[in-house]
Amino acid sequence: MPLLLNEEQTMLRDSARGFIGDKAPIAHFRQLRDSKDATGFSRDHWKTFAEMGFAGLLVPEAHGGSGLGAVEAGVIMEEIGRTLMPSPFFATSVLSVTALRGGSEAQQAAWLPKIVDGSLLAALAVDEGNKHRPHHIAMKAERAGNGFKLSGDKAFVVDGHVADLLIVAARSGGTPGEREGLTLFAVDPKATGITIERTVMVDAHNAARVAFDNVAVDADSVLGEVDQGGALLDRVLNIGRAAAAAEMVGLSDEVFGRTVTYLKERKQFGKLIGEFQALQHRAAHLYTEIEVTRAAAMKALQLLDAEAPNAAAAVAVAKAKAGTTATLAVQEGVQMHGGMGMTDQFDIGLFMKRARVCQELLGDSNYHADQLAKLKKY
Amino acid sequence: MSDLDQFRSDTRAWLEANCPPEMRKPVTADEDVFWGGRNTKFASEPQRLWFERMRDKGWTVPDWPKQYGGGGLDGAEAKILREEMARIGARPPLSSFGIWMLGPALLKYGNDEQKKEHLPKIAAGLIRWCQGYSEPNAGSDLASLQTRAESDGDHYVINGQKIWTSYANYADWIFCLVRTDPAAKKHDGISFILFDMTSPGVSTKPILLISGKSPFCETFFDNVRVPKSHVVGTVNRGWDVAKYLLQHERAMISGMGERGVGRPLGQIAADSVGVDAQGRLDDAMLRGQIASFEVDEAALACAAERAVDLAKAGQGHPAFSSAMKYYGTELNKRRYEILMSAGGIGALEWESPRSHEGARPRAWLRTKANSIEGGTSEVMLGIVAKRILDLPGA
Repeated sequence: MPLLLNEEQTMLRDSARGFIGDKAPIAHFRQLRDSKDATGFSRDHWKTFAEMGFAGLLVPEAHGGSGLGAVEAGVIMEEIGRTLMPSPFFATSVLSVTALRGGSEAQQAAWLPKIVDGSLLAALAVDEGNKHRPHHIAMKAERAGNGFKLSGDKAFVVDGHVADLLIVAARSGGTPGEREGLTLFAVDPKATGITIERTVMVDAHNAARVAFDNVAVDADSVLGEVDQGGALLDRVLNIGRAAAAAEMVGLSDEVFGRTVTYLKERKQFGKLIGEFQALQHRAAHLYTEIEVTRAAAMKALQLLDAEAPNAAAAVAVAKAKAGTTATLAVQEGVQMHGGMGMTDQFDIGLFMKRARVCQELLGDSNYHADQLAKLKKY
Repeated sequence: MSDLDQFRSDTRAWLEANCPPEMRKPVTADEDVFWGGRNTKFASEPQRLWFERMRDKGWTVPDWPKQYGGGGLDGAEAKILREEMARIGARPPLSSFGIWMLGPALLKYGNDEQKKEHLPKIAAGLIRWCQGYSEPNAGSDLASLQTRAESDGDHYVINGQKIWTSYANYADWIFCLVRTDPAAKKHDGISFILFDMTSPGVSTKPILLISGKSPFCETFFDNVRVPKSHVVGTVNRGWDVAKYLLQHERAMISGMGERGVGRPLGQIAADSVGVDAQGRLDDAMLRGQIASFEVDEAALACAAERAVDLAKAGQGHPAFSSAMKYYGTELNKRRYEILMSAGGIGALEWESPRSHEGARPRAWLRTKANSIEGGTSEVMLGIVAKRILDLPGA
């Protein structure tokens, strides 16, 4: 398959870009941030996302969705990355839909159509420590009666404070560090024993800490098989990582475009600063990094859709590469904009903060380079 | 089954049946590479067989037209052939500047007679070509070259000196940039001309490099007479041909890493430095360097694939090969720094059968030229800045 968007995907991109650029430019994000909006995104925009078929992009047609794949999800994420649009798309439409698709027909029928019509938001609770280590999950799922009791703390739950459904990875067996013994649960966030704290983070996007204190869930809440959640969790995380890589490609490309424009406008020492070779070479290097990263992200998304055996390695490459490239892009962006780049009034700093969060999201560059080394057995 | 699926399964079967096992091993020595030419010798019977079988199918140049000895494959088929060869680790049957550089330029700029004369001989490995571009005082500033070609009836008389002429001492013919109009602006007075290296007045001298050996030569022209019909393209417009050819040269150099060392870096390093109880490389910093290198290497491979797809779709940027050349060569230098580090003391041996006469340190030193030859990294970045990013001050 060519590493290019096909005609339908290009149309999808154009319509996403049109809507997001028009209705959710960076000013929209600023307004939410500055007003300390309780929701953190626009429910009206989310309704439009549902009407455009984006909310249910990955939901099979049998459940009313668009039945599209990872490549299309990446297309939306890249556009989101360009304007920093706060949106439930990542947590609900990418991570949670993929998790729910690992559930029974009855579970899918109960949840997926509501995601498609925009009436249900969901969030994935995985991380516990300061770094993403999914196989080190310690949260306990102890058998109790017909079901389980969940105890433990989750952090960095994207959209956790607005979710109508939490998808929780917990340990029903094994010991932390093992892939075996994990189970995914679909949990009502209003259940007794759950405390949710919205954490306002450096990037002003939505995240929460969620504490579970002996939360009773019945057996019907298990997604897939008990103790066998590792494979499903990997699938969910991998599409999430590739989607986050796509967001970082969009973010990097946007920052880069703004920076190049600035190089062509700003005069110092009687010259356009873009005439200085020191800056030209750095800009050209960054361009090359972004193009290489774009190809790697596209490859990962395509291989996920093809369910190829080497998809996991491609995802590790894409997420590792996108993290370092985004870091470089925002650093160069601020540096080349000079003092203006350090002001809050200017947008570049917002991208820098978001890039740092995307870097940590579902594993940073070091984590994924390490994964690649493990896959290659050295 | 689609036509392409059929092509893939036929190709796979043919390669399985025809590529000798010896030709599926990584290239480790100079003689593993077959360059063709008048004075060529095969290093082994499998090398000969593999070359002749591929030549007979036109697969030394699979995407050239059949009338010139090519395979007549379209882009998708050629990609499948590359993938299937890579799958079994098949060596290129013929390595040649004629294939990589001159051929594409002749296909675009050559006249019928020139195509008929030269392309089939390149495809069949009969003539080995070298490139006369660089001059002692015109390195990165290639267009300031001074080798002059003066008109004398039906001939040009060529005088001057070239440098860094790879394998000039083995080459049969040269494709050469010469100044045909000294009065014109520097890009406007250059012509692209072909001639036989046995012509009277041509001499070469190898240049000893830091790697202890070298493919490079100095090449001297002393009143060399060349028929005017040997100019490719328009007289004084050779710069167009030269630029087009350079795109192919850069694409070739950026791909050099892929032919590299065969085994994965992590395994090579593990053999050398050992592993800990968890099976991880017993040098955490080296392991990290390798992993981050492999991230970049895998990402670059995606970008190379995408560049081909973009070109096929007519969406490629002509200067993108400069970006790839820059990235690929810097990466290849990193690969060899890691290999030297992984090899430790063992990689320092210069003269012993154990070290294959210092194959690794010599290759490491050789890679330092990657970011100089075919345009330096700085020149590549300048091209990207000006032609792709449209930054001011060209």
